[in-house]
Amino acid sequence: MATTTDTLPGRPYGEVEGNYLTHERGLLSWLTTVDHKRIGVMYLACISGAFLLGGIFAMVIRWELFSPGPTVPGLNADRYNQIFTLHGAIMTFLVIIPGIPAALGNFVLPMMLGAKDVAFPRLNLASWYLWVTGAIFAVTSLVMSAADTGWTFYTPYSTTTQTAVIPMTIGAFILGFSSIFTGLNFIVTIHKMRPDGLTWFKLPLFLWGIYATAIIQIIATPVLGITLLLLIAERVLGVGIFDPTYGGDPVLFQHFFWFYSHPAVYIMILPAMGIISEMIPVFSRKHIFGYTAIAYSSIAIAMFSFIVWGHHMFAAMSPLANMVFSAVTFSVSIPSAVKVFNWTATMYKGSIRLATPMLYALSFLFLFTIGGLTGLYLATLGTDIHLHDTYFVVAHFHYVMVGSTMIAFIGGLHYWWPKIFGKMYSEKWGNVGCIVTFLGFNITFLPQFVLGMRGMPRRYYDYIPEFEALHRLSSIGAFIMGIGLFVTLFCLVYSLFKGKPAPDNPWGSASMEWQATSPPHYHNFTKPPKVGDPYDYTDLVWDPKSEGYYRKAEGQGAA
Amino acid sequence: MTTETQVIDEGGHDHEHAHSPHLQHHFDTLDQQFNAGKLGMWLFLATEILLFGGLFVAYAIYRNLHPEIFEYGHHFLDPKLGGINTAVLILSSFTMAAAVRFAQEGKQGMLKLCLVLTLCGACGFLGIKYIEYSHKMVHGIFPGKYYNPDEHILEEELLGAHGHGAVAEHGRDHASSSGEETHGEGAHEESTQSAEASAQAAPAEGEFVIEKSQIVEAPEGPEGMVGIVHEKPELPKRPEKAHVFFGIYYLMTGLHGIHVLIGMCAIGWVFFRSTRGEFGPDYFTPVDLVGLYWHLVDLIWIYLFPLLYLIH
Amino acid sequence: MSEATAHHEEHHGVGHIVDWRVLIGVLVSLLILTWLTVKVTEFDLGSLNIVIALVIATLKASLVCLFFMHLYYDQPFNSIILVSSLLFVLIFILFSLLDLSAYQSSIIPDYISSLRDPAYPLDQLK
Repeated sequence: MATTTDTLPGRPYGEVEGNYLTHERGLLSWLTTVDHKRIGVMYLACISGAFLLGGIFAMVIRWELFSPGPTVPGLNADRYNQIFTLHGAIMTFLVIIPGIPAALGNFVLPMMLGAKDVAFPRLNLASWYLWVTGAIFAVTSLVMSAADTGWTFYTPYSTTTQTAVIPMTIGAFILGFSSIFTGLNFIVTIHKMRPDGLTWFKLPLFLWGIYATAIIQIIATPVLGITLLLLIAERVLGVGIFDPTYGGDPVLFQHFFWFYSHPAVYIMILPAMGIISEMIPVFSRKHIFGYTAIAYSSIAIAMFSFIVWGHHMFAAMSPLANMVFSAVTFSVSIPSAVKVFNWTATMYKGSIRLATPMLYALSFLFLFTIGGLTGLYLATLGTDIHLHDTYFVVAHFHYVMVGSTMIAFIGGLHYWWPKIFGKMYSEKWGNVGCIVTFLGFNITFLPQFVLGMRGMPRRYYDYIPEFEALHRLSSIGAFIMGIGLFVTLFCLVYSLFKGKPAPDNPWGSASMEWQATSPPHYHNFTKPPKVGDPYDYTDLVWDPKSEGYYRKAEGQGAA
Repeated sequence: MTTETQVIDEGGHDHEHAHSPHLQHHFDTLDQQFNAGKLGMWLFLATEILLFGGLFVAYAIYRNLHPEIFEYGHHFLDPKLGGINTAVLILSSFTMAAAVRFAQEGKQGMLKLCLVLTLCGACGFLGIKYIEYSHKMVHGIFPGKYYNPDEHILEEELLGAHGHGAVAEHGRDHASSSGEETHGEGAHEESTQSAEASAQAAPAEGEFVIEKSQIVEAPEGPEGMVGIVHEKPELPKRPEKAHVFFGIYYLMTGLHGIHVLIGMCAIGWVFFRSTRGEFGPDYFTPVDLVGLYWHLVDLIWIYLFPLLYLIH
Repeated sequence: MSEATAHHEEHHGVGHIVDWRVLIGVLVSLLILTWLTVKVTEFDLGSLNIVIALVIATLKASLVCLFFMHLYYDQPFNSIILVSSLLFVLIFILFSLLDLSAYQSSIIPDYISSLRDPAYPLDQLK
C-alpha cells in the first residue's frame, strides 16, 4: 500500500504506466477492444463527428431563415425539408440519445462502481459497431435522396414521399438496438458488479440517472423498432395499419411513435441530470442536498415518461385522451422540480468555485428551468392548441435537449476530461467557450418563443416579413453559439497536445472514479478502491504542488 | 432422480470456482457471472416482448374497432395446422428445457441429442409454416396492397376448414357457389383434409360429393352477395378492410418466424460448442440463455395461435 | 448450501436443476391445454370465447415461464422484469385503445374511400 504512489500528493507528472490509452497501440487495438474506457472514447469521437454534421445542418437552416424568401443559394424548399429532417434525425438518434450514456456513461459507470468493466464487454463493443452501422445507413440516406419527413416520420407522408425514408428508418432501427444493448449492459452492471458495501444509496447520483435511463432504453426502444418495421412494411406492402389509403389510421402511428419517443426525451435528460448532480456538490464543496429525493425522482421521471406520450398529439386525439394525458403531463413537473430545488439547496451556503464544469452546471439550471416551465404551457390543452407546431415548441424542446442535455454533456466532458485523457484544459478558454455558448444559445432560442406565440409555424421554409427581425436575431444567436462550441472544441483538443498532465483528483470529488490514476490503468484500479459516501468532501485536502486533492485520513499513501 | 426443489445458496461456492477457466476476468465468482448473464437475457427478453407488444397493440386495436375483418379472415387459417405447430413448438421447448438439464448434469450425449431434437422441432415448425404460407399465396392472399384473392378461395376454405357444423353456426357464413360441390357433415379434422385437397383441385371440380340434404340454410337472408342461387348459399361478405387482417397475420407470424430462424442459429451455435464438450455443471450459461430465448419464441406463439387461428 | 447440493445428484454447478417430473408434467399440461383451447372454440360463448382463449394462453405461458424458464427458482428480480414488461405493453394497448375508440365516431364515413377511384384495384392506388 505504502509503495503505491498513485494517490500520493505531488506524484510526478507524466504518463501513467500501463494506462488504457497507451498499453496497446494501433488502430486495430482500438477497433477490437472490449475495454469500456476505450469504447467510451470511441463513442465520444464518433458522436462529436455526428454533432458537427448535425450542427452544420442547423447552421444551414438558420442561414436560410436569416431573411424571408430563398436565402441560401441552391437551397429550395424541398432541400430545406431534407436538411431539417437530417438535422433532427442526426441530432436525436446519433447524438443526444447515445451521447451521455454511451460516451461518458461507458467510461465512468464501471469506475464509479469500482468494477473492472461492464458486465458484458463484448456486447458493449457490439453496440458501438451497431451505432456505426446505423450512422452509415443514416448518411447513406443523405447521399441518396435524404428523407424529408421530419425526424418523426409521420404517416401518411412518410409512406408516400419519394425520398429515401427506408434507409433512414433502418438506420434508426439499428441505432435503437445499439441503445438497448448499452442500457441492458448498464442495468446488469449496476445490479451485479457492485463491490461489497456499495449499497444502492451509496451510488453516485449519476448512476441513478443512468439506471433510470436504462430502464427507458429497455422498455421503450423496442417499440421504436416495431414502429419503424411497421412503417417499412406500410411503405413496401401497404399493410393498412398506418396509411389511411389502405384502411389504416395515421394517428395510430403517432401513438406508436410517441410511446417510444416521449420516453426517449427522458433518455436524453435523465443522464444529464445525473451529471449535474455530480458537479454541483463537488464545486460547492458541500454534500448533496436530498440524496434520496433526487434518486427516487429519477426513477419517478422514468415511470411517468411512459404515460405522457399523448401530449405530442393533442391536436389529433379524442378529448377524453387529451384530458388524461394533459393531467399526467403536469405531474412530470413534480419530480423535475424536486431535482432543481435540491440542486439549488446544495449550492446554498456552499463555497462555490466557478470552474468550467460548474459554469455549465449553472447554465443547465437556468436553461432547464426555462425549458421545463415552458413545457407547462404546452401541457395545458387550451394554450397548446394555439402553440402547437409553432416555434414555441421548437424553442421549448431545444431548451431541454440542447440547453439542458448538450450543455450538461459538454459540462460533464470538461468535468471528466482530466480523468479520460489525463490532461488539463485551459480554464480560461473553457470559461470563454461556456459563456459564449450560453449567450449564443439564449439569443437563438428566446426569440423563438416570441415567434411561436405570434404564430410562426415550425418547419417552414419561408415566413412573412413581420417575423424578419426576430428570425435574424435567432440566426445571429446560432452563429454565436457555433463560435462558442468551436472555442470549446479547440480548447479541449489543444489540451490533448499541450495541456498540463492532470492530477488524479483535480476537483476534489469523493466518488470512486477519482481514486484511479489520470488516465486510468487499463484494469481501472491498481488497488481496490475504497467505498464511501460519494458526496463527503470533509477529508479531501488541496495539494498546491500537484494542483489536485488527496485524502488526508485513512492512511492512503500520504498519511 | 430427487424430487426436492431447492435454491442453491448464492456465493456458497466461491472458493471452488475462484479459478475456473470459464470465469471472465471482470467477475469475481461463477455465480455472479451466471446471474449477470441471466439478468441480461431477461432484460433482452423484455425488449422482445415490447417489440412484439407493438404488433399486439395493432392487433388489439383493429380487433376492437373492426372485428368483422378478423371474423372473416380467420376462415383462411387452418386451426389444425396451427394446432400441430403449437404442439411442435411446445415439444421443442420441452427438449430445450431437457437440454439445459442435461448440460447441468454434464451428460454430453443427451445434451447433443436434445439440441438436435429442438432443431428438428424448429425445422418442422417452419416447414408447416411454409405449407400454410404457400397455400395462401397460391390463392393470391398476400399482405397489404398485394392482397388479391381468387374468387373461389373463400368457399373452399369455408367448406373445407370448417365443415358443415362450424359453418352452420355462423349462420350467414356458409356455403358454395358451385352446384357440383357440396359439403358434408365432416368432422373438424376430416374437413381440413378436404380443404387442402380442394385447394389443389379446380373449384368447379370438387371431389367431395355429399348429400344435399345436409346443406343447412342460412338463418339470415343474403348479405351483400350477388347472384345467389338457392343451392348456392351465400358467402360472408368480404369486409372492406379484409387485407388488414392478412397484413397483421403476415407481420405477426413473419416476425415470429424470423425469431424462430434466429433461435435456430443460436441453437446450432450451442450445439457446435456442445460437440466440443464445452458445457458442464460449472458452465452452461449459453445453453441456458439460448433456452430462455427459445422458450420466449414458444411463449409468443402460445398467444398468436388462439388470437389468429381460433377466432369464433 | 453445498452439503445440500452434494446429495442432490452431485450437483456442484450454478443454477437450479429442475426435476424431471416437473418438466414432463408441464409438457403434458401444455399439450392438454392446447387441445382444450381448440375444443372451446367450437362452442359459441360470445365475447367469452376470447377471454377463455386468453386465460388458457396465459396459463400456458405461466407454466413455461415458471418451470421451463426457471422463474420459479430464480432470483425474483427476473420475474419483476417480465411482469413489468407485460405491464407496459398493457399500458400501451389501453391508452391507444382509449383514444382510438373515443374518436372513431367522429371519423367521416367513407371519406378516404371517396377519394379513391373504384375502377382501380387496391394495388394501383398510388
